[in-house]
Amino acid sequence: MNDAVRSREVRAELEVTERPVIDKTMTAEEACRLVSDGDHVAIGGTCYSRSPMALVFGLLRAERRHIAVSRPLSCYEIELLLASGTADRIVTSWVGIGLRWGLPRVLRHYVEHGLAVYEEWSHLAIGLRYKAGAMGVPFLPGLSMLGSDLARAVQLKTVTCPYTGDQVAALPALNPDVALIHVHRADRHGNSQVDGYWHMDADMARAARKVVVSAEQIVPDDEIKRRPWTTMLPHFAVDAVVEAPFGAYPAECYGLYEADFAHFDHYVEQVRQGGADGARKYVDENVRAHADFAAFLREVGDERLAALGEGARRLMPA
Amino acid sequence: MSGAASRPSDATPEEVMAVTASRLLADDRVVFAGVGMPLLASALARRRQAPNLTVVLEGGIIGTHLLPGHLPVSTNEMRAAFGAEMLTDVTDIFLFAQRGFFDYGFLGAAQVDMFGNINTSLIGSPAHPAVRLPGSGGANDIISLCNETYIVTVHEPRRLVSRVDFVTSPGYLDGGDSRLESGLVFGRLGGVITDLALMDFEPESRRMRLQALQAGVTVAAVQAQTGFELIVPDHLDALPPPSDEELEILRDLAGGPGSLASVAAPAAALRTGG
Repeated sequence: MNDAVRSREVRAELEVTERPVIDKTMTAEEACRLVSDGDHVAIGGTCYSRSPMALVFGLLRAERRHIAVSRPLSCYEIELLLASGTADRIVTSWVGIGLRWGLPRVLRHYVEHGLAVYEEWSHLAIGLRYKAGAMGVPFLPGLSMLGSDLARAVQLKTVTCPYTGDQVAALPALNPDVALIHVHRADRHGNSQVDGYWHMDADMARAARKVVVSAEQIVPDDEIKRRPWTTMLPHFAVDAVVEAPFGAYPAECYGLYEADFAHFDHYVEQVRQGGADGARKYVDENVRAHADFAAFLREVGDERLAALGEGARRLMPA
Repeated sequence: MSGAASRPSDATPEEVMAVTASRLLADDRVVFAGVGMPLLASALARRRQAPNLTVVLEGGIIGTHLLPGHLPVSTNEMRAAFGAEMLTDVTDIFLFAQRGFFDYGFLGAAQVDMFGNINTSLIGSPAHPAVRLPGSGGANDIISLCNETYIVTVHEPRRLVSRVDFVTSPGYLDGGDSRLESGLVFGRLGGVITDLALMDFEPESRRMRLQALQAGVTVAAVQAQTGFELIVPDHLDALPPPSDEELEILRDLAGGPGSLASVAAPAAALRTGG
């Protein structure tokens, strides 16, 4: 598997990369120029939690081709990337929105017709693959996926522990070309802070060759030092910083806003009626019709966003 | 068994499954629950016999409490994190399971076979799937790494099949010692809970075995809804129907009668036909 060779290459590359402490703020569209055709792009968050939607919309605008996408659990953004012609390979453990929205129809169309490849790993396997990438080692041992057809389908190898003789799964490092991550706060240099669960973002970003962070808020440098224990990524592991309030919408951002289920209902209905064309229509109407993510949010409306904020506050510890 | 239905007329199949599942969970244990039915069953157990049952969700959430009427539809969201004792990352949760801390795993399944193998990946062949399903998520890890895993599913012949098309999440694989020999040296299957019965696995062959019947259900009725021959022991227990108190708690959690189906509906949402 090529991934194993790659862990040495990305380490060597990082050693000779200058990492000056400079202002890295830019627009989502500028940041997405870091993505080239054929790249592997890891998308932070999981399912509809802290998804970097402002950046995904930026990537859709960039109109790249033959992108491979990885994510722990994938939501409707994967379908947008498939239907728009951006991605043709996905590496994940699950695709859907949630039980009430049924099977992902666009994914089904692309995979069942051989138009895209779904490389399925277990949820922990994806996590250990990013972690191996983040640790700079070619693989990590793990105890799941063994015996399953998942293992056969991805030609998972096992290794023998040199100390005990135990057979364990060898999960190959995954070092994405670019990671797209959404956080609560960042400073202009890239120090990035997250409240609540981190999903797999810390490992995913550290494994990646380039990291784009979008933040609810760009804060003054001193603000970061007030809560250093919430810093998930240090400045030297971040290449671009994009200010994006409500940048995870329609996904949630812990403590700030809940996911907008009505928006997913609307998307699923559009796909139910039009299949992949329904997803392309969604991209036309919600991404291409607007100059940027802020313009899309204006159409969503302040009232709706405020209600999602209220929902989130109700769920926070007193 | 008498043919008379002793199940309260207003208990739905989902409620019967959630109640049966909840009764299997003992106090002071840790349960790694999937979203929907498993989470509800765990929450019900906490309100009854297991107040110190710790509920863990793969979204990085340890010790979740649910806000009645605001049940989560995924394991990775604020509703699932309500009242949690610890929020961490996803990989960390699974590594707790790999270390051996989680007594129970609790999964829903679209399709399960006579050895307890689960398919949530595809119908047909991996290279050319006729139907592509959502995928493993954490199910493969949960059934591989938790000490004892229970599976909840609606009892239909197309769900309980002799052999799944694709083993996403390994039960006893080909039966006998095959699970152990594949390197899965930890974990066992506790049982399969349906709206008709509770089943376990015969210790030698590891084939699914009828253990107890839901109230008013006959062996013939269960067999007719199963896609393979179940082992039927000489003695079968009858499961007491859901009590008024259990139903009251469930409906309070779901936010009213009828709401359960929308948050815990493997039956409708995982239909393989799309």
